[in-house]
Amino acid sequence: MTEPLVVLKDVNKHFGDLHVLKDIDMEIGKGEVVVVIGPSGSGKSTLCRAINRLETIESGTITIDGKTLPEEGKALAQLRADVGMVFQSFNLFAHKTILDNITLGPIKVRKQKKDEAEKRGMELLERVGVAQQAQKYPAQLSGGQQQRVAIARSLAMNPKVMLFDEPTSALDPEMINEVLDVMVGLARDGMTMIVVTHEMGFARKAANRVVFMADGQIVEQNTPEEFFTNPTSARAQDFLAKILTH
Amino acid sequence: MGEILRNYDVLDAFWMTIYLAFFSAIGALVIGTILAVMRVSPVGVLRWAGTTYVNIVRNTPLTLILVFCSLGILYILQVSLADEQSATSIRDNNIRWAIVGLAVYHAAFVCEALRSGVNTVPLGQAEAARSIGLTFAQSLTQVIMPQAFRGAIAPLGSVLIALIKNTTVASIIGVAEASGLMKEIMENETASLGVFLIFAVGFVILTLPTGLLFTWMSQRLAVKR
Repeated sequence: MTEPLVVLKDVNKHFGDLHVLKDIDMEIGKGEVVVVIGPSGSGKSTLCRAINRLETIESGTITIDGKTLPEEGKALAQLRADVGMVFQSFNLFAHKTILDNITLGPIKVRKQKKDEAEKRGMELLERVGVAQQAQKYPAQLSGGQQQRVAIARSLAMNPKVMLFDEPTSALDPEMINEVLDVMVGLARDGMTMIVVTHEMGFARKAANRVVFMADGQIVEQNTPEEFFTNPTSARAQDFLAKILTH
Repeated sequence: MGEILRNYDVLDAFWMTIYLAFFSAIGALVIGTILAVMRVSPVGVLRWAGTTYVNIVRNTPLTLILVFCSLGILYILQVSLADEQSATSIRDNNIRWAIVGLAVYHAAFVCEALRSGVNTVPLGQAEAARSIGLTFAQSLTQVIMPQAFRGAIAPLGSVLIALIKNTTVASIIGVAEASGLMKEIMENETASLGVFLIFAVGFVILTLPTGLLFTWMSQRLAVKR
């Protein structure tokens, strides 16, 4: 947690009349794991997507490793290559095998040789526990397996930071843990992660910091310990009361 | 009927139909793909150009397009696609301009079929492609278009069948394809119904397997989600 890797300053965005991001200021240090939680519609997914410019912002700046997010084009593509993204709905390339999903980026963007990329791809599939399925297509895998492949696909690019946009929300309950285990492993290995999630267990286990958002604002941020036991804002107390009673 | 088949080279005429269909289908696929890419591109001018092309060409009768290619471009503007010195230059020019006209016309329909294919590709696929650092062109060629083609196979089959039958219009600019020969035979012979049947069956033999093949391919190559 030395110099900040990702810096957001005065970030604002509207969807029509809805002010989804209000003056967001945030810094994420190298190796830090930040969990963003909050009620639906609070802007947490939009925030996550804005960091690799899948959502554009109207004002403010976002810098990654000292570089301000450029306009759409080659420079942005290069920057995105350094920012891994894991989606709620996995978004594996449906017409490619699992292994080809992983090697596409390294071959096309990093210009690696095919056999080199495949060797590394198999190592990553081994690491997330789906090496057996390398020649299958995404639709033949369970949701949990697909999401682990999606994580491996991001890892193949050797990203500086990884974004997780509700990675377990589309999964059956018994598959959530297999994905969270992989994420906890990543956190232990020192990966910088920004995770939008409803998994409080993961936040407690792996996060350095919890950021609580509501109505487009960062209401409160603290260590998981402090946040879950002593939330200071009324909004966070209310939110935690609702989700922790069952 | 046997006499007609003996006296006239029906097979040769159908061979010309296949020849026209084959090359104009390739042309239409190439132009149509470029148009489809233009119509889904983020550049406003390209989108506008693609839309304008499709709207103009799609709403113009094929007969007019072919007559324009022949009378307008070949004879008035003198743009020749064949060696003027060769003995078959008139025939070659007619055939080549017919292929150009057919390709240009059907490209508009190929474009629309592909665009419907692009719409079968979920937005998340494009987002995932961009998020691993692929450029717009790479996302298109590696992720979006391969899936769009698979989603568009059935409508592309319909376009190809229409194209095969539309080659008959080429006879009006003097290309000796199947329907041109049919008219010739009908003028010379009395057995009109038999002649009609021969050519109708000929086209069914060309188009029915095409339809079956494309239906089979659309199931075989469909992207499972």
